[in-house]
Amino acid sequence: MSRLAATLAARLAGGTRALTAFITAGDPGPEATVPALHALVRGGADIVELGVPFSDPEAEGPSIQRSSERALANGVTLASVLDMTREFRNGNDVTPVVLMGYLNSVMRMGYEAFACRAREAGVDGLIVVNLPPEEAAEAQASLARQDLDLIFLVAPTTSSERAARIAQRGSGFIYYVSLKGVTGARHLDTADVARNISALREVCSLPVQVGFGIRDAESARAVARVADGIVVGSMLVDVMGERRDDPASIPAALEKRVALLRDAIDTL
Amino acid sequence: MAGTNKTPYREPRRGGRFGPYGGRFVAETLMHALDQLTTLYEALKDDDDFRRELDHDLASYVGRPTPLYLAERLTAELGGAKIYLKREDLNHTGAHKINNTVGQALLAKRMGKPRIIAETGAGQHGVATATVAARIGLECRVYMGSEDIARQSANVYRMKMLGAQVVPVESGSKTLKDAMNDAMRDWVTNVDTTHYIIGSVAGPHPYPMMVRDFQAVIGREARSQCLGLEGRLPDLLVACIGGGSNAMGLFYPFVDDEGVDMVGVEAAGLGLGTEQHAAPLNAGTPGVLHGQHTYLMQDQDGQIMQTHSISAGLDYPGVGPEHAYWKDIGRARYTAVTDDEALEAFRLLNRTEGILPALESSHAVAWVAREAPKMATADIVIVNLSGRGDKDINTVAELDGIGL
Repeated sequence: MSRLAATLAARLAGGTRALTAFITAGDPGPEATVPALHALVRGGADIVELGVPFSDPEAEGPSIQRSSERALANGVTLASVLDMTREFRNGNDVTPVVLMGYLNSVMRMGYEAFACRAREAGVDGLIVVNLPPEEAAEAQASLARQDLDLIFLVAPTTSSERAARIAQRGSGFIYYVSLKGVTGARHLDTADVARNISALREVCSLPVQVGFGIRDAESARAVARVADGIVVGSMLVDVMGERRDDPASIPAALEKRVALLRDAIDTL
Repeated sequence: MAGTNKTPYREPRRGGRFGPYGGRFVAETLMHALDQLTTLYEALKDDDDFRRELDHDLASYVGRPTPLYLAERLTAELGGAKIYLKREDLNHTGAHKINNTVGQALLAKRMGKPRIIAETGAGQHGVATATVAARIGLECRVYMGSEDIARQSANVYRMKMLGAQVVPVESGSKTLKDAMNDAMRDWVTNVDTTHYIIGSVAGPHPYPMMVRDFQAVIGREARSQCLGLEGRLPDLLVACIGGGSNAMGLFYPFVDDEGVDMVGVEAAGLGLGTEQHAAPLNAGTPGVLHGQHTYLMQDQDGQIMQTHSISAGLDYPGVGPEHAYWKDIGRARYTAVTDDEALEAFRLLNRTEGILPALESSHAVAWVAREAPKMATADIVIVNLSGRGDKDINTVAELDGIGL
């Protein structure tokens, strides 16, 4: 069983929820990323998600846009994100690492080369925001040969027939996009999410994690009631961005913020 | 193809593919809207009522057909091929862009969506979108890079007069590509109420096909006008290429006419040898941006590079996927001219024909100015004069050291 599947299965078996924590690799500086990943795990993250900065992040809100611009200004590349993952693995061989980004980064490296290098670096899965299943066959075949999960997204606009097809093609988990909007948007409607997730479960046997728009303990708890796990990103990226002049303070601040979320979803 | 046993050209294929290019690389949230748009468009494109309504708007509102004008003094000065100009600059709002926005506005109306959004570079597509929105009473928001807002202030003012909200885009390079990113972000947020009018043969399926079809009126007219005037088809078609909609509009109806050559002219900016240009077909590599697989200006890490062109409408790091395909199969040739050559052509056309071309279109004229003298006098060339240059006089005057 893959690290990702094992982690989610353990949470499901225990009747608790998974917590996935996202940060942008290389923001505010390349040296900040690995300590930040360890801090996320200490705070209680089950899975860490590392954003691969891209020049044109068309699905991101302002927080992740700016963090990507800062990371790119720091010279961060997909290759250096893989180096960061490898360095994280030196101190942690248990926590799944999922990369999240845009197709062009992976396509440019080459699907086969990326899959081999990602596997070797200790990556477990990949989320590509602009890669719907219709376009994914070639990338998915390369990833599958290295036992890497390609995680697909389902949105509030996805019909249930389509969701069924996506669930069949996906592996690892299904990332349910909680709202129509960009990352970090502020119009999350948890009643909507509950309704849509229960419809999604009819056609999907993979674990369902929900992200976009979870900003605090309250929204985390509301979403965790209906999902197998939650994904938080923009709020953690903000924590790092706000402390970019004092990077030494980042790990403790992240750990504290993640611990609050952990606590919120563990006490449903 | 005409007079042979070759299979007629039939792209795109399933999934909006032009060979390996095109496709639909977008966030899942948009897939439903794209499916919906594709289904509606497929149903309407051959529908008699829809065609009638569109043709009526093109005739009575846009002012079509536009003339195919024989540029006699330009032809004489260059001393080679006979040069015709397809006068898209004479359309309402001053460019070819409105051929597409009129069509997509009809689609928005049929979908019952009360709000439209657009991205714009030079502002011509923004103006053309704001215009149709005003005409049918839709709310309109136009995304425009702050860099472009500074160099195209007249068009910004026009859009505001038309009742559109112009949103300055401050991210990335602050030009057309970033405006498109922000338009996509708006669309993903307001997809239920909003139709996104993409201004070029670019973006996810069905846009490259749909915008091509709406712009193909250019080539259909030019083809029959040329047959009427000359009794034969032209030897060569020339058009500038940013995203590539005016070029595809002219070229597409000739695709099966084997004897008709086509040249697309990209912006070489300060030169293809510098990194200051916008010529992905000449100097780029395939990748994925804005929902499509196509040639891009990108670095080793797949980051999209900043582009440069004196013409805001060509300042885009990608290109429509059908052009990418035509480059690979050799159906059209793609070349580039520099800022300086375009400026020279801008002046040449003013001087010889009394026509003020857009800096975008000046790129096509510049290539012809360079190549026509090498051609036979019996050769017939059609240049797409895609827009008028009133919007560019400040830019040109500034280069001449004149404040207007």
